[in-house]
Amino acid sequence: MSIFVDENTKVIVQGLTGGQGRFHGLRNRDYGTKVVGGVTPGKGGTDVDGIPVFNSVAEAVAATGATASFVVVPPRFAADAIIEAAQGGITFIVCITEGIPAHDEAVTYNRLVEEFPGVRLLGPNCPGIISPGKCNIGITSGDIALAGGPVGIVSRSGTLTYQALYELSSQGVGQTTCVGIGGDPVPGTNFIDCLAAFEADPETKAVMMIGEIGGSEEERAAEWITTHMTKPVVSYVAGVTAPPGRKMGHAGAIISGSKGTAQAKMDALAAAGVHVCQNPTEAGEKMVEIVKALALG
Amino acid sequence: MDLFEYQGKQYFARYGIPVSPGGVADTVEQAVAVADEVGYPVVVKAQVKVGGRGKAGGVKLAADEDELRLHAGNILGLDIKGHVVHRLWIERSSDIAREYYASFTLDRPNKKHLGMLSAQGGVEIEVVAEENPDAIAMLSIDPLRGLDLAAARAWVDEATLDEAAREQAAALLVRLYECYTKGDCDLAEVNPLILTPDGRVHALDAKVTLDENASFRHPEWEEFRATETEDPREKMAKEKGLNYIGLDGDVGIIANGAGLAMSTLDVVNQVGGSAANFLDIGGGANADVMAAALEVIHSDPKVKSIFVNIFGGITRVDEVAKGVLEALSRVTITAPIVLRLDGTNATQGRAILAAHLSDTLITEPTMLDAARRAVALAKA
Repeated sequence: MSIFVDENTKVIVQGLTGGQGRFHGLRNRDYGTKVVGGVTPGKGGTDVDGIPVFNSVAEAVAATGATASFVVVPPRFAADAIIEAAQGGITFIVCITEGIPAHDEAVTYNRLVEEFPGVRLLGPNCPGIISPGKCNIGITSGDIALAGGPVGIVSRSGTLTYQALYELSSQGVGQTTCVGIGGDPVPGTNFIDCLAAFEADPETKAVMMIGEIGGSEEERAAEWITTHMTKPVVSYVAGVTAPPGRKMGHAGAIISGSKGTAQAKMDALAAAGVHVCQNPTEAGEKMVEIVKALALG
Repeated sequence: MDLFEYQGKQYFARYGIPVSPGGVADTVEQAVAVADEVGYPVVVKAQVKVGGRGKAGGVKLAADEDELRLHAGNILGLDIKGHVVHRLWIERSSDIAREYYASFTLDRPNKKHLGMLSAQGGVEIEVVAEENPDAIAMLSIDPLRGLDLAAARAWVDEATLDEAAREQAAALLVRLYECYTKGDCDLAEVNPLILTPDGRVHALDAKVTLDENASFRHPEWEEFRATETEDPREKMAKEKGLNYIGLDGDVGIIANGAGLAMSTLDVVNQVGGSAANFLDIGGGANADVMAAALEVIHSDPKVKSIFVNIFGGITRVDEVAKGVLEALSRVTITAPIVLRLDGTNATQGRAILAAHLSDTLITEPTMLDAARRAVALAKA
């Protein structure tokens, strides 16, 4: 099984008529994702390579029965687009937009929690989600993923998500679902949400977790793992050598004072029984070893 | 973007937060002119983005022009933990009855705003938090509801600010919160917030970090940008639109994606080297971006080798390979370049480079191999 999405998930793309929306939306469709519509205000009635475009999310949902949305619009419009998706009846929103102001993210997150408790937001500033062979929403290249499980991947970083997929796929180890939660300060979906879903998914046998400096989400995940997780977890945390006080690209990747260091996160994860590795390659090798042992067992 | 104290105070003033009258000075003469305007005694404060300037002799009281000339002359050019003082903030000296602390920031685990208020200001809040956590009144603020005067009043009571300060402090906190939210700050901190013997409350210092993602709605931030960084490498990278942070090592780093770039630094470190920089070229790296990246890295005299670490997702490795060749035809790079290319169209990318490989243009199959090679070359 996969988490959050599957082969039946119907997806609309908010921003399908833009350059990025068109590129990634069509790639997602080519992968086999049920991309059933696009939304661009004022362009309703047109189409993008055969995909119908609607003026609003509500119209698109009414016409297509979509439950998921892929938000690929510029930062200043992204918060409104997310709320429009929720208002329109979408229950799973993937927002890849990078550069949304932190205050907008905080307001949007809290509005979703309060007004739309059934809605899950993935991102912003994330690569999206791929369940190999079933559904790909976002910007992950489908050909580096391998269907069939048994590994679930959750990652805060985009390129390291690809690296993790690649390390496993190239050794013949498949994935159930790979979730990029993004590196922003207020992510809609966090490590624990994904770990819990993987723990509950019978086809996921082990989880790869990629963290990075900043915040305390990895530490919180470690606590959750200690008390709830029965499946093996392999982890890598980027940024051991990052200097304090400097944002490393992601808005959330900053060591403030003594908080948010990679070492503290690695220590917390190791104490929770997680296999903590020093680099992505080592993490891949460790996971391959675990999967082989599980298969034998 | 971190602001200098004087910029933070100017930003506070926009939101009606009372600060001491003052002005900036880059020379002793300018300092005297500011002091003449605001009146003696004045405080001369070094403008550097680093803590501990008081202990380093970067803050002095001047009772008259002679003292001001002496202190301003001494502080200008002073090196405070590697930061050379080029600018002073001269402000009217305030008599201090009590010192408080106030700040707003994002409470990431709870996804709310966090206000911190303490009657024990003037010292590092981390120290207070450690030694006497009860002295800090924490307030969780729902971003959908904000902070109103009634809540601010209850908060100053809880923090046990002096009676004489409470009403003014509550009003100031509401304005500071507005500065934090409407002003798109990641951090708005006042330490100390003071009560004067004649009963006035105002901000004696200002620590402001702006959220650069919000620059599109703050044209007024343009003036802060000019003074943002003094590192010439970072200035150059900024002009070229690159996400670059200067470090102290000798292996230049180019990677796509922040996570991979961080990971590249880590791996270089693990194999015994040290990175000269963090540089994320982002997605869709074309020849222009690659040329700019190589140019910035090459401008750093410490760089002995360059490690280009690309994992093609949306970025196509063949485009990166073309970019590298085109960049090399435009800029002369003497340091050897080690490339690790994987992901989308990696085979085509490596094929494009094959005919051009040499002692100074090398590919390695994995991230670890490439790191080892780049580090060995830097040490050779």
